Amino acid sequence: MKTRILGMCVLAVLVAVPAYADRRSEAKDQVKFGISVAEKNLWTEATARFEKAIELDPTYAAGWNNLGIAYEQSGKFDDARKAYDKAIKLDPNNMQIRQNYDLFREIYDRTQRRRDR
Amino acid sequence: MTARSAAAIASLTLALAVSPACISFYEIGIETPIQAKLDTSPFQRVLVLGFLSGGSKDVDVNSETVRLLRSQLRTKSSLKVIDSDVVSLVDVVDKMKGNVAAQPAAPTAAAADPEAKDAKSADVRSEKDLQPYEQIFADVAYWKKLGEEYQNPLIVTGVVYFSDINKSGIVERPREVIDAMGRRQVVSERQWMDRKGFAIAPKFVFIDGRTGTQLYTDSYREETLYSASQNTPPLSSYFELMDRLIPGFLNTLSSQKIKSTRFLLK
Repeated sequence: MKTRILGMCVLAVLVAVPAYADRRSEAKDQVKFGISVAEKNLWTEATARFEKAIELDPTYAAGWNNLGIAYEQSGKFDDARKAYDKAIKLDPNNMQIRQNYDLFREIYDRTQRRRDR
Repeated sequence: MTARSAAAIASLTLALAVSPACISFYEIGIETPIQAKLDTSPFQRVLVLGFLSGGSKDVDVNSETVRLLRSQLRTKSSLKVIDSDVVSLVDVVDKMKGNVAAQPAAPTAAAADPEAKDAKSADVRSEKDLQPYEQIFADVAYWKKLGEEYQNPLIVTGVVYFSDINKSGIVERPREVIDAMGRRQVVSERQWMDRKGFAIAPKFVFIDGRTGTQLYTDSYREETLYSASQNTPPLSSYFELMDRLIPGFLNTLSSQKIKSTRFLLK
């Protein structure tokens, strides 16, 4: 019985790992394309790509970071903050994400102070 | 081709071939849109009337501020800027106090009396001295009358206090030294310094010329310090400090885009 359960677990892992790797690979493709269009200033398309990437792999910190930038560029500050928060939570030691977040917070805090008045 | 140059070319080729695949981030310029703080769509015109001002006697803070804001609004906003005489609000308030029963003082009359202005500015020795005068911003009747006179513009007024400051203390500054081995190093050096400079503390008040009511107020504070030996003209410091405040002021009336860079990650 134990052997059967163990065997099923191993099978589940063997099935899940490639599936996860596939999703991460697809998410990376979306991010890669998103970056290429963002560099051409096509932010609507880039946003859609980054959204797709985190939908494929919600644990992909780079996808959340890029989505934060895309939202920031379109003035969706609350959405940007949530995306950056998620990116930092997933990859707390990433210096680039930290820097993006700090720069964003300067602007975000200003807009919040204004809203509070 | 020597072995060394062949190795160099090979390593360069390898580096060029591998580098795009290794890059994990891309620096990208973004423009973050910041909405205007105030909805100016009901107004076609803006009147920068004058300010409660005080502080340094070397700069006519009221006139300079009015001139600067008008010129900025002409070039960087869609509102038509009304040309009018600069009003000293300190004088207006004094005249109101001196003649409570009378109608609110006509702004042009106040501006045309420079002697009274000089006499008054001597009484304003600190920012606190201007506080009692700020009641004028709540005088709906005065602003409404003014609004009618200028066909219901958006009125920009407020308080500007510009003064010289002295701050002495320990300053940390980098110093280049050459060590015993002849190597250059930058070390941090702490030093007591007498410093002087200027501070500006403006409060901008935006008033609806149709109703005389306040729409929005925004306060700022900036200062700049120089070494005691440096002789910087007050007017140039005034413009240096105002330069820092102008983007914030303009953003009250019109949307702006803040340019910066971010890292897109792969």
